[in-house]
Amino acid sequence: MVKGNEAMAEAAVRAGCRLYFGYPITPQSEFTEYMARRMPQIEGVFLQSESEVAAVNMVYGAACTGNRVMTSTSSPGFSLMQEGVSYIAGAMLPTVFVNVVRGGPGLGDIQPAQSDYFQATKGGAHGDYHLIVLAPGSIQESVDLMEDAFRMADEYRMPVLILADGMLGQMMEPVEFPEFVKLEGINDHSAWALRGATGREANKVTSFDIDPVNLEKMNMFIQEIYKRVKAREVRYEAIGLEDAEYMLVGYGTMGRILGSVVKLARSKGIKVGLFRPITLWPFPYAELKKAAEGVKTILTVEMSMGQMVEDVRLAVEGSVPVQFYGRTGGMVPTPDEVLAELLKHV
Amino acid sequence: MTEATYKRPESLAKREFSYCPGCHHGIIHRLVAETIDELSIREKTLMVAPVGCSVFAYEFFDVDGTVAPHGRAPAVATGMKRSLPDRVVFTYQGDGDLAAIGTAEIVHAANRGEKITTIFVNNAIYGMTGGQMAPTTLLGMKTTTSPYGRKSETEGFPLHVSELLKETAGIVYLERVAVSSPQEVRKAKAAIKKAFTVQLKGLGFAMVEVLSTCPTNWGLSPVESIKWLNENMKKEYPLGVFVDKVGDLK
Repeated sequence: MVKGNEAMAEAAVRAGCRLYFGYPITPQSEFTEYMARRMPQIEGVFLQSESEVAAVNMVYGAACTGNRVMTSTSSPGFSLMQEGVSYIAGAMLPTVFVNVVRGGPGLGDIQPAQSDYFQATKGGAHGDYHLIVLAPGSIQESVDLMEDAFRMADEYRMPVLILADGMLGQMMEPVEFPEFVKLEGINDHSAWALRGATGREANKVTSFDIDPVNLEKMNMFIQEIYKRVKAREVRYEAIGLEDAEYMLVGYGTMGRILGSVVKLARSKGIKVGLFRPITLWPFPYAELKKAAEGVKTILTVEMSMGQMVEDVRLAVEGSVPVQFYGRTGGMVPTPDEVLAELLKHV
Repeated sequence: MTEATYKRPESLAKREFSYCPGCHHGIIHRLVAETIDELSIREKTLMVAPVGCSVFAYEFFDVDGTVAPHGRAPAVATGMKRSLPDRVVFTYQGDGDLAAIGTAEIVHAANRGEKITTIFVNNAIYGMTGGQMAPTTLLGMKTTTSPYGRKSETEGFPLHVSELLKETAGIVYLERVAVSSPQEVRKAKAAIKKAFTVQLKGLGFAMVEVLSTCPTNWGLSPVESIKWLNENMKKEYPLGVFVDKVGDLK
């Protein structure tokens, strides 16, 4: 049995992460503490920064050298990191972030929440940019996605965010860890990384260009990468949708709870299925629309007052009515509660 | 036979500076580049430029480089140095960058004894944005955001960064210099070279504060600016060695 925060940290180590910079914040502090113990054992780097602002910039600096680096935090901390996230996206630096989301806004509380969806998927900072956003529904899935997160960061030269929540961070489950990744040949960034201009022209890494003609070119280059990500990396899980009359949509911890609702509803003879997006950016728009064909109603459930539901509506383009149910402030809906809500629409 | 005794340092890129006439950034860039050449470290140096007038410094030095978010250069440099401990990493920052928005990052990098070098250029004003008040602006000095002169009652006092940093245990070499006369340029060069040598020997954090003119935003000619620097800035910010825990490194 492993705690979610520690499981994700170990998965990151096995995925080849050799540098970790972070700042304590509940409910993710076990992540930082685990890295403090673990990094010296593998001759990696652990450094507790003076703030999340400093942490994200240390990540920026280490990423400039092309080595695998990450940080983890929780909602208010990720807000503080937004400036650096934007620079990292603009400078095309492979980096991995984990946000163990808690109740907000403001100081909020330290209970599980999903109220940072907009920040994660719509650009929490300035500029035309995106993160790849992965939403695991269990501790095992968060472990399995970690290697993908580092692989995508390297392959597309962009920041990848694992959007967890306080439930995933704090609960304990049995976990199977993957083998250690062999990095040779899979993250060769020597063409652009800053390692000293030995026998080559000096490399420059920046999100900056004073000339709008050039900056537009730079941004369009990044947009081309986003197109490739959208074409290749969309992921979701579909359960019981073959004969479903009603479709539940939820991600992360909420998606997992909705799995129980499907069983509960089917035991009462209601034909319900679940669509659980795993990539929140890129969002599975086309896949969700196809899955919704023939469905009478969609009920989107979130631990927020309705953020992802906007993408669900965009996906189905009015072809199916989309209802919403959510709790906020760190409250987690129970399966019975969701079922009662579903019955209102049956 | 004639011999070239003065030429462009290898570590300066072959491009024009974007600095105003009479500004001291050009001299300071040259001293840093000469140092990198003389220590033969061009191929293993990583530089971090700030946001401000010297935002283009990453292009002016012919070494691997990046631009940090405003004030964050010491954190970015920390990430680089921790990732590649055998490389030489330096930040080049102005007073708006280092003494205002980046105060936390410089204090903690110094206190950790981060094995990096910082060149801190203090001209008592925000240059790039058009001459606003900096934490280092002198009392009574008129800027676009202190149009009636800086008053301590409302704007506080000039911040003495070197005096503040000298109390942090991780800093091993710290000197304030100027470049307004040939003698001062030679002393500044020696200080910069020492600050890089400290890093090469892995001794801790080193910083050189360089007082600079800003003729454009001070509203003075280059010659008047040097006079103003000598008569006013040096009184507020006395030159000298604040920390030297390393002694003679030769």
